[in-house]
Amino acid sequence: MKNIIGFIRQNFTFFSFLILQIVSLVMLSSYSKSHETFFGKWNNAVAGNVNSYYNEWAYFFDLKTTNAKLVAENVALRNELAQNFVPYDTSVKSGTLILRKDSLEKIRKFFYYPAKVVGNSFTLQKNYITIERGALEGVKKDMAAISPDGSIVGVVVEVNDHYSKIMSLLHRNSKVSAMLKRDRIAGSIEWDGMSPDILLLKNISKSALPKIGDTVLTSPYSSSFPAQLMIGRVASIVKDPSSNFLTLNIKSATNFYNLEFVYLVENKRMEAQSDIEQKGEGNE
Amino acid sequence: MNNILKNSVRFILFLLIQIIILNEIPPIHQFITPYLYFIFILWLPFGTNRITTTLLGFVLGYTLDMFTNTPGLHAAAATLIGYLRPTILNLLLAQELSEELTKEPSIGTMGWGPFTFYIFSLTFIHHFYLVLLEWLQFGDFGYFIGKVFFTSIMSMLLILLAELLLNRRKLKR
Repeated sequence: MKNIIGFIRQNFTFFSFLILQIVSLVMLSSYSKSHETFFGKWNNAVAGNVNSYYNEWAYFFDLKTTNAKLVAENVALRNELAQNFVPYDTSVKSGTLILRKDSLEKIRKFFYYPAKVVGNSFTLQKNYITIERGALEGVKKDMAAISPDGSIVGVVVEVNDHYSKIMSLLHRNSKVSAMLKRDRIAGSIEWDGMSPDILLLKNISKSALPKIGDTVLTSPYSSSFPAQLMIGRVASIVKDPSSNFLTLNIKSATNFYNLEFVYLVENKRMEAQSDIEQKGEGNE
Repeated sequence: MNNILKNSVRFILFLLIQIIILNEIPPIHQFITPYLYFIFILWLPFGTNRITTTLLGFVLGYTLDMFTNTPGLHAAAATLIGYLRPTILNLLLAQELSEELTKEPSIGTMGWGPFTFYIFSLTFIHHFYLVLLEWLQFGDFGYFIGKVFFTSIMSMLLILLAELLLNRRKLKR
């Protein structure tokens, strides 16, 4: 016994080395998901703190890519929205007994594209927004532009290869079909050039009973905009006894001051719609 | 005291470099993992005795393991080179040099040849053992050989770079 203790004492360094090796190897071999929680408990005290500090820094430098990813994801989600689709009309009797198409399958009407804003004005009487996405990337005239939070921004008026110009809602000639959410009475949104925060909702029938704070949405009559996008809320009501229509001041929901991204909405049936709308006029 | 402080700073510094920079670099190749943290063991003063280097190796390796979620892997390898370090130093050093206990192994104190051999042998042992342990869990023989070889070369380059950057030759008087 004495000899053994003496031997261990002589080779104390070697034995401690051996013990540490064995400890390491046992830890390594017994490591599994269930051990992770055990180790996690006290490893996290040290490693977790350092890692969370480090992550904050790393995250900060990654914000740009993160942002781009989120924009792409938002577009993908918007493209999935049900209001972009038109269902097949199954109420019409067709000549054949068998429907050729699955009635659950729907036709896509609206497509969304992201675009980066590179120019923006809101102080003039005719304000435009320039975006970095042009005809080669799928932009067409009369496409609608909406802001990332879902409120409308304007309509594309000029397109070249890589850039396009959007006529902002803050433009004296801008005119967008809109409705009151309360009773779905439609009018049109214009701007009087006074304040970038306030839009006018004109041609609302006096039978409508709008209240202050009522929501104003895009109407289903617009060929550019999908229906029911946010425009703003009623701020005040202007009564004009000489007219049959009300004019409402609308507090715009869009923040025109800090636009960074807009989504462009393409209506796949725009041509068909404007085509039929113009045909009626020729007959008179 | 000064020595202890200096080495504590190195301990933290090289661990942070390993964790924050080298572990985050996208791998150039499957075989190449840049390892630098064990330079702390290589740079301990000549006079550090074997039991201290062994224990420090274990602590160093285990601390890194906490961050890489591989308990025991780096600890085992770093303990091994901590234990073997005095043996290799004794092989290489002339008697009078090994008596200057507060000096550290560097190109200046050892000369190019012995120092290169010193870091190469310990780097190789470290990687051999580390990748062996990794290989026992997964991988094939080609992976083992290739990774030991290329990772050793990578580490040698990093160590020489650190050596030249920090210019420890000044310590020679």
